Parts: sequence; C-alpha cells; structure tokens
Amino acid sequence: MTKIQLTVDGAKVSDDVEPRMLLVQYLREKLGKTGTVIGCDTSNCGACTVHLDGRSVKSCNVLAVQADGSEVTTIEGLAEGSVLHPVQEAFRECHALQCGFCTPGMIMQSVDLLKDNPDPSEEEIRVGIEGNLCRCTGYHNIVRAVQTAAAGKVSGDAEAGSPAATAETEKVEV
Amino acid sequence: MIPTQFDYVAPGSVDEALAALAQHGDDAKVLAGGQSLLPVLRMRLNAPEVVIDLGKIDALREIRDEGDTITIGAMATYQSILDHTGIKGSLRLLHQAISEVADPQIRHRGTLGGALVHADPAGDCGAPTLALEADLVIQGPSGERTVAATDFFEDLFTTAVGDDELLTAIRFRKHDGWGSHYEKFVRVAHQWPIVSIAAAVKVDGGTISEARIGLVNMGSTALRASATEAALVGAQATAEGVAEACAKAADGTNPPSDLNGDADYRRHLATVLTKRAVLKAAGG
Ligand SMILES: Cc1cc2nc3c(=O)[nH]c(=O)nc-3n(C[C@H](O)[C@H](O)[C@H](O)COP(=O)(O)OP(=O)(O)OC[C@H]3O[C@@H](n4cnc5c(N)ncnc54)[C@H](O)[C@@H]3O)c2cc1C
Ligand code: FES
Ligand code: FES
Repeated sequence: MTKIQLTVDGAKVSDDVEPRMLLVQYLREKLGKTGTVIGCDTSNCGACTVHLDGRSVKSCNVLAVQADGSEVTTIEGLAEGSVLHPVQEAFRECHALQCGFCTPGMIMQSVDLLKDNPDPSEEEIRVGIEGNLCRCTGYHNIVRAVQTAAAGKVSGDAEAGSPAATAETEKVEV
Repeated sequence: MIPTQFDYVAPGSVDEALAALAQHGDDAKVLAGGQSLLPVLRMRLNAPEVVIDLGKIDALREIRDEGDTITIGAMATYQSILDHTGIKGSLRLLHQAISEVADPQIRHRGTLGGALVHADPAGDCGAPTLALEADLVIQGPSGERTVAATDFFEDLFTTAVGDDELLTAIRFRKHDGWGSHYEKFVRVAHQWPIVSIAAAVKVDGGTISEARIGLVNMGSTALRASATEAALVGAQATAEGVAEACAKAADGTNPPSDLNGDADYRRHLATVLTKRAVLKAAGG
C-alpha cells in the first residue's frame, strides 16, 4: 500500500492505495465519483477524461499513486452548486448526447480545449476531441455545443428555446 | 483489466532512480508518462515486481535553450514541447510530428523520452529524431554517455539504453535555415501512422544541398532513407527534380504487413509520401 494525498473536486483526500490502482478506479470505487466512466480497455475512448493539475488526461491510463500531490477535477466538480458549467449547459441545450455515456469525458475534454483556445474553428474542435469517441451522435451536436459554449451563447434556460435548441428541433422535424 | 501487483517507488533524483534500478534489476520497470507502459501492464503483457516512477524528478522535465542546441529532458511531456517557442521556431519537424501524436489527453502525459525508449517502429517521434540527427544522453552506474540517433534504435522495442540505465535527455542542433515537413498517413483521425515521412532539407537557390529523411513503420525500427538523402543532393527542388531520388525511399527497408496494408503497399506509399514531404519541406 502507498499513501496518497490529493485534492479531488475541491476536497482534500488521503488514502492508502495499491500502487496498481488506476486513477479512474480510485475515483469511482474509493470516492464514489461514478460520474467518471470507463468505456474501453485500451485508452482510446476518452470517456474517463478528468483534469489532472488543470490538463485533461485519461484517468484509466494514470495510476492513482501518480496523482499524489495533485489536483483532480472530475465532471462532478464542474458545476457551481446547482448552476451548470457553461459547457454542460451547452451540451444540454444543443442536445449533444444520445445515450450519454461519452458525455462526461466529452465535456471535460471540451473544457480543456476551450481553455487553450477560447474561439476554436469547427476543424479545431473536431481535432481537439479526437481522443473522445461517441458511438451515438455522429458528433455534429457535440461540435455545435462546443461552438455555443465558446460563443457565450448559453442561455441557461433550455425550455425558453435558445437559437441552438430551436435549430435542432427544426432539424428533427424535417 | 488492471495490472498485476507491483511495488512502487518514486525517487526524487536521477541518482536515486539509478540506485533503485541497480537494486531491482530485471524485476523493475521505469515509468515515465505511462501512456505506453500502463496499457502494457493492464493487458498484462508485462508484470514487473517494481515500478520506478520518474514523475517526481523535476530536473528531467527541463527544456534548455543552449544557443546552437536545444536539450529536452527525457520527462518533458509532448505538450510542454509543443508549448516551447524555441522548438516551434528551430525544430519545426519535431514540433509538427509531436502535434500529430495520439490525442490531447495523451500528449498531456506522454513524454519524448518515453516514446523514444519504447521504440515502437510505428511511433511518430523516432523519424524526426533521426532526421534532425539528435544526440541521446544516457546515464548509468558508470556515468553518462551520448549516443547518436542513428545508433540508438537497435530493434523492435529495443534501444541502446541498458537495463540499468536511464535516458535523461535528447539534444537537438537547431535547424534554422532548414525546411521541413512531417507527412503522416492514416485512414482515420487518432491513428498510429501506417507510414510517415520526416523530411528536412536545405535549399540554396532552388537546388537541394542537404537532405535528411526519417521513415516511420518501414521496418523493425525508425529508419533513415539514406539512398534518397544522397540522391537529393544537387537535385532541383521541383516535382520533376526530386522524383528519381524519392523513388528510392523504400530501398533496403523491410516494412511490416498488417490489416492497414501489406509490405509492397507500404514500399509504394513511402516513395509517394517522401516526394510530398520533400516538396513541402523545400517550400513547394
Ligand atoms: C490511445 C493511444 C494512442 C496513441 N497514439 C500514438 C500515435 O499516434 N503516435 C505515437 O507515436 N504514439 C502514440 N501513442 C503512444 C504514446 O506516444 C506514448 O506516450 C509514448 O509511446 C510513451 O511515452 P511515455 O512517457 O508515456 O512512456 P511510458 O509509457 O511511461 O514508458 C514507455 C517505455 O519506455 C521506458 N522508459 C520511459 N522513460 C524512460 C527513461 N527516461 N529511461 C529509460 N526507460 C524509459 C518504460 O520503462 C517503458 O518501457 C498512443 C498511446 C495511446 C494510449
Ligand atoms: S476508459 Fe479511459 S480511454 Fe476509454
Ligand atoms: S451519446 Fe452515446 S456514446 Fe456519445
């Protein structure tokens, strides 16, 4: 067992862990943060993406002991109380998900992308999320959500019908 | 799947890491960014008794501009290399190749040192390291030695770094005044190269005066296309001028056959991609 101390979603935690424990296992099994999901066995899918000291990483490809002394943010640490993070809100408004399994990782990667490049082109968004796979949406609404968040056009009120949400409804009706 | 049980040490200095390696010998495995080692351990293709994590040795993460050279610590992440303005300016070939490795998450963790010691012939970093004629600094129980890139890659997943040694840094001569281009051929985004070409050329008045060509996935290690390099000297930097030299790009290679293409396909691809890379490097 190895002792680790880190900050997860703003809270200090300290634990004895087996060195072989993956960060994603630690988050899910020890801390109960099941918002971060496991989608593959090969570190290809990106569903497990979290931020480690401010940068996105695949938490299935990091040992918990490697995160000792670090700050981890998961999808559960993005919202401020009941107020969603603008990228979460944009995913909701643009209907950027179907089954939702890729969503935690997609959102964490999109937040990282926008931090680096607050005004990405469509191409830059597609390249920026290339390490995150979605089996459902075909990516279009995900890209639209990132564009919406980047443009600061998140209304925070999906029912009122934001431009993005309206556009999507029209598309579905056609 | 998760790895088998192992003991873990995170030394604070290169000397401590070397001592741990000396103590545990074959039973130990060095951990850098973990982006190749952790998948290997999770698939249980390797089961070391001890993992020696270099992550706490800050000195190995340094990138130093030394005037004519830039020395990159073995533990510098792909991302920190991409963020370094000197590298973007004077080692454009390396910068471009690294920008095409894997995805952002993996580039935030993976290191140049780890990629080179891992020595996957399909990896993106070996070819630019060869083409830019880097020197690799290796430290072991008997001190430090420097190995030229051409002598570093020995075989599939095998380098000049011994079991009791560490790669500590990679030293590049600045390539101001050279043109370069990394041409990566993949079928889908986020894929390992089927074949890639790393080309660096010097052009004087429309004529190529020097050329260095690195090949990815054309044999059991990253390779240099020596016949093409020699034949390019004196060639006009035009499609016609470089055609004959680039047709030699696969000479002497023994590329793999797999679902992405057989060896003949790769040999053909290498000639086409080399021509593209050389022309782009020459500014055409
Ligand atoms: C999904 C996915 C996609 C990928 N796609 C690509 C791609 O398109 N192109 C590409 O080139 N790579 C790709 N990679 C591999 C990636 O580039 C790895 O990061 C890199 O190969 C290894 O660097 P690392 O720092 O993570 O090393 P580690 O995984 O920690 O170590 C790799 C090996 O090197 C040894 N080692 C590491 N550092 C040292 C040292 N300083 N001294 C002695 N031994 C050392 C370790 O013991 C281990 O055997 C991909 C990886 C994944 C998971
Ligand atoms: S679960 Fe981590 S990348 Fe798929
Ligand atoms: S919404 Fe189902 S995988 Fe993306």
